[in-house]
Amino acid sequence: MFLALRELRFARGRFTLMGIVIALISVLVVMLSGLSSGLVNDGVSALKKMPATGFAFDEGTMTDNAFSRSVVSDEQLAVWQDTDGIDAAEPMGVNIVNGVTDDGTQIDLTLFGVEPDGFLAPEVSSGEGIGAANGIVVSEPLRDAGVEIGTVVTLDRTDVELTVVGFTEGQATFGHVDVAYLPVDTWRLMAAGQAKAGAPTQAELDALDCPYASVVALLAEDGLPDVTAIDTEAETETMTLTESFNASPGYEAETLTLSMIQVFLYVICALVVGAFFTVWTIQRTHDIAVLRAVGASSGYVLRDSLAQAAILLIGFTAIGVAAGVGLGALMPDAMPFDLEFAPIAIASAATIILGLLGAAVALVRITRVDPARALGGQR
Amino acid sequence: MTIDTTTPALEVSNAVLELGDGESRVRALDDVSLRVAPGRFVAIVGPSGSGKSSLLAVAGALGRPDSGTVKVHGTDLGSLSRRARARFRLQNIGFVFQSGNLLPALTAADQLRLVGRLAGNRKVDAQALLASVDMAHRAGHRPGELSGGERQRVGIARALVNNPSLLLVDEPTAALDRRRSHEVVQLLADRAHDSGVAVVMVTHDRDVLEHCDEVLEMVDGRLGVPASV
Repeated sequence: MFLALRELRFARGRFTLMGIVIALISVLVVMLSGLSSGLVNDGVSALKKMPATGFAFDEGTMTDNAFSRSVVSDEQLAVWQDTDGIDAAEPMGVNIVNGVTDDGTQIDLTLFGVEPDGFLAPEVSSGEGIGAANGIVVSEPLRDAGVEIGTVVTLDRTDVELTVVGFTEGQATFGHVDVAYLPVDTWRLMAAGQAKAGAPTQAELDALDCPYASVVALLAEDGLPDVTAIDTEAETETMTLTESFNASPGYEAETLTLSMIQVFLYVICALVVGAFFTVWTIQRTHDIAVLRAVGASSGYVLRDSLAQAAILLIGFTAIGVAAGVGLGALMPDAMPFDLEFAPIAIASAATIILGLLGAAVALVRITRVDPARALGGQR
Repeated sequence: MTIDTTTPALEVSNAVLELGDGESRVRALDDVSLRVAPGRFVAIVGPSGSGKSSLLAVAGALGRPDSGTVKVHGTDLGSLSRRARARFRLQNIGFVFQSGNLLPALTAADQLRLVGRLAGNRKVDAQALLASVDMAHRAGHRPGELSGGERQRVGIARALVNNPSLLLVDEPTAALDRRRSHEVVQLLADRAHDSGVAVVMVTHDRDVLEHCDEVLEMVDGRLGVPASV
């Protein structure tokens, strides 16, 4: 790196200009990474924190929005409950509703109907867990809408009144809507259209005959067994927890769009860095010829130039990431934007590696420089 | 370094080199033979396009003749791979280029250190080498801050870093005034006579030939004794 460092210092104007482009690309990469993580969290954070291993959907349900499209019966549930290798199988109801709090604030909720004593019952950060027929445990960010313990949420059209009894630990959203956990029987009461205006009562739940839910949530400590035969028997289609993210509203379209933009940025980075080093190599062709004439192997010149590209890429990617993280802190709360270490680290590494790849392709021409060009007066 | 005075520093035998394609093909070296003993300072004069640079290229292992042999201190350059030739150049041959051909990013001292590092020597005494060409006071300056004569002196010091047995010099006075031209060529002559390194210089400048031990002329790829110097 003897020559690389000195050239960086000597041609600092040119390298700084190139570095600024790399830093700007890194800023964009960080912003996109933050948006991507934010959207993922906003779309499926409630699913991500669930202890479920997978979900069984009704056979033939379209993947997009499958949680709210699927309807499974207690017979299908029973098949899963009797399956070896499945530690627990529970019904889970999912639908998105609109409501108004008792101070008139309009809110949207994704209702997750789960067994109050089951493995899906939410951990609460404050208040108490679900159990009461009209009790709901809601996502922590709803506090920003003025929701607190004791707040009564009246659902649109049905005028069913649900009372907030607790808050979940951290964010719990599904399809960009805050989640409200409630007993699966209360969910069934509303899904069956038998809920009356006002707070649901235990007597109504006891009288309910609605053997359906949206999906069967599965818990398998050792991972899901081969589910093909069970799916056939139960007439279900099973997805792992991660696969089920695609079954949340808009998840696949959003993540694919952002991933595509990120891939384009990486390609642009490789092309821009490659173009810069192509021009840089052409400009110093005579110097490379001199170097090779005095005895430097093309491998030495290539390694030195790649080290130069690596220093440039690592240095300015770091600056760009720092700027991106700083800008990320200024994002408004309403924007789904989460800076997480792993995605940023992966995105930064991809920027550096693809930039180096672009530089490497450009620098291959070093091996073709004829050292005899050092002789004579031409430059 | 001890120079073996019995083996020629450079021995070119019946070298033929053709350049270009088709109708533009020219014979740059036409049966050229040359023998230079250690400590001798040989000048080759001739017009542009006569083949002087081609001779330096094959003598310096920058290229291979189509036929004939080139030996530097007994080593047949034709038997070496491209990589081995680069290594051989680094350890045995010093180049002094037109206008110095210094790397613009490096100071005078760093030009020398780089060549030392290429040969695995990280302890080059750049200051002493520069002092030997009266350039110690300019050690920290880059080529852009040096005059033509100063650049050429640094170029000579750079060529001597790895104690070569053969110094190939390409038009060293091309960008210099008369006084500086004599200084530079005198410096090369002193080097040849004091340290035993063989020097082959190609030049247009007939004014400086008085410092040389032998003068040859190249015309249309053929090497011979000039009619007059």
